[in-house]
Amino acid sequence: MTMPKTLNNLTAHQIHDVLRAGSVTATEIAEAYFKRIAEVDPKVLAYVDVWREFGLAQAAKVDETVRRGDDPGPLAGVPIGLKDVLCTRQGYTTCCSKILKGYRSPFDATVVQRLESAGGVFLGKLNMDEFAMGSSTENSSVQVTRNPWNLKCVPGGSSGGSAAAVAADECVISLGSDTGGSIRQPAALCGCVGMKPTYGRVSRYGLVAFASSLDQIGPFSKDVEDLAIALNVICGKDPHDSTSADLPVPDFTKSLRQDVADITIGLPKEYYTDALNAEMREKIEAAIAVLQKLGAKVVEVSLPHTDYAIACYYIICTAEASANLARFDGVRYGYRSPSSGDVHDMYSNTKTEGFGPEVKRRIMLGTYVLSSGYYDAYYLKAQKVRSLIRRDFLDAFDKCDVILAPTSPTAAFEIGEKTDDPLEMYLSDIYTISVNLATIPGMSMPCGLTKRGLPAGLQIMAKPFNEETMLRVAYSYEKNRGFEMGAPPIGARAR
Amino acid sequence: MAKITREDVAYVASLAQLSLTPEVQERLLKEMGDILQYMDKLNELDTAGIEPTMHALAMTNVFRDDVVGPSLDREHALMNAPKTDGEYFLVPKILDTE
Repeated sequence: MTMPKTLNNLTAHQIHDVLRAGSVTATEIAEAYFKRIAEVDPKVLAYVDVWREFGLAQAAKVDETVRRGDDPGPLAGVPIGLKDVLCTRQGYTTCCSKILKGYRSPFDATVVQRLESAGGVFLGKLNMDEFAMGSSTENSSVQVTRNPWNLKCVPGGSSGGSAAAVAADECVISLGSDTGGSIRQPAALCGCVGMKPTYGRVSRYGLVAFASSLDQIGPFSKDVEDLAIALNVICGKDPHDSTSADLPVPDFTKSLRQDVADITIGLPKEYYTDALNAEMREKIEAAIAVLQKLGAKVVEVSLPHTDYAIACYYIICTAEASANLARFDGVRYGYRSPSSGDVHDMYSNTKTEGFGPEVKRRIMLGTYVLSSGYYDAYYLKAQKVRSLIRRDFLDAFDKCDVILAPTSPTAAFEIGEKTDDPLEMYLSDIYTISVNLATIPGMSMPCGLTKRGLPAGLQIMAKPFNEETMLRVAYSYEKNRGFEMGAPPIGARAR
Repeated sequence: MAKITREDVAYVASLAQLSLTPEVQERLLKEMGDILQYMDKLNELDTAGIEPTMHALAMTNVFRDDVVGPSLDREHALMNAPKTDGEYFLVPKILDTE
């Protein structure tokens, strides 16, 4: 194998090959990525912390292992970025919140440990909406990440930094977290692949909690093969997370087959209405046609409680967030208000000064729906509706193997376009949040560019713990869709 | 549901330990009012006899052997604290001992 022309658009499986062929070292690859970050990140603003020294040391270790002739691991030398919601001993873990500024985690999240043991090379921490609350990464207390396809547009959120970094070739694989679409929606808006595995598939130990019954960690990548490789590393039971499922983890790379002849695709009639943007609909229908041509059958299914998902979701997630975020009180870690007074003043001044507006709004909503007199009307009611939404999906999966839908009702919107109206921002999550409520897996992959040159995302959903079927459909589509996404212009094509 | 009032916002802020300026309270009154009105949509559904989803995964108790394992030592537990005396977290006075 010869030296690749550029080291900046390699996939993890290509790195696997060139590294073992000895044509490139992990150190050369890491250097190329740090150089790329220095060149484009001042425009994209995906990273909040770059770990040059640390990443190069990890790369040197991989090179040493290769030189010794030992197996350096499935992700050896692969440059990886981590959402700032994951605890890392290296650098800082701040959730892009002022209240955690300067926080150094005394431990690594399980997923971070697993990636490192697999030979991954960490490049740094990635921007996000504060505490993962948002759909545009505009709620970060650090900076607003730009969409590499058009710098005037948002990258989506909350894992906007993770999606933008992969799209802009500032890393090969990244990790994000998804509570209501925070992996899939930014993956769609930035034109990369992203998956929220089934709740319980990946350990959440070391993931700073937002809404514990909905949160899940998942990977971003440039193609479906890399997604499978990353899943093989991060999935599986962890004694540190009692909600991680004690189920065998398959070899997900075995699902990389162009074979959908036995697959029935379900199209929920509630998703394909006039409310769906016409251009987006056209892209999704073209993707479905590709799979039909390969032999997949298509049936209409119904998810009758779709209209109630957003209301249900924002009751449950704000309730859980208000409980989870109560721990940030200025006592054990994080910011403490310097203003004087008794301990109660200290608590309230710390929270008031430390949290941003969206986080405070959600704490207020969550506290309200859990408060005496309203608990049954809001929280308990929402938990019952959640059961109905889950049942809708399980009923639909009696008739089909996967459900195909748009990931987002529109392509990337402009920075500032939706910041004045929180409810409007919430409504943009319509196609993603049901997946979290139903605890099923979901992924997004690119299915073309709009006339404005912005990526459109195809969402695939499957039965609980059936990521394999999802990957098989995704791989078959990717290999037969008949176009390459290519590289984003990073501003060159901006209006 | 009854519309959220100014008093409700002030009360919820006290429960959440947030001290909000009158302007922020006014803004939240409107925003929360809009969002809660949207959430009232759920009342269209008859949920009598429906079990609430109390657990995201159908799991029962997860046990481990009752043996001491490694845990965070004091140095690491205190390393991020805003104020300590090297042994404890320090906070402003809570009880008046006079």
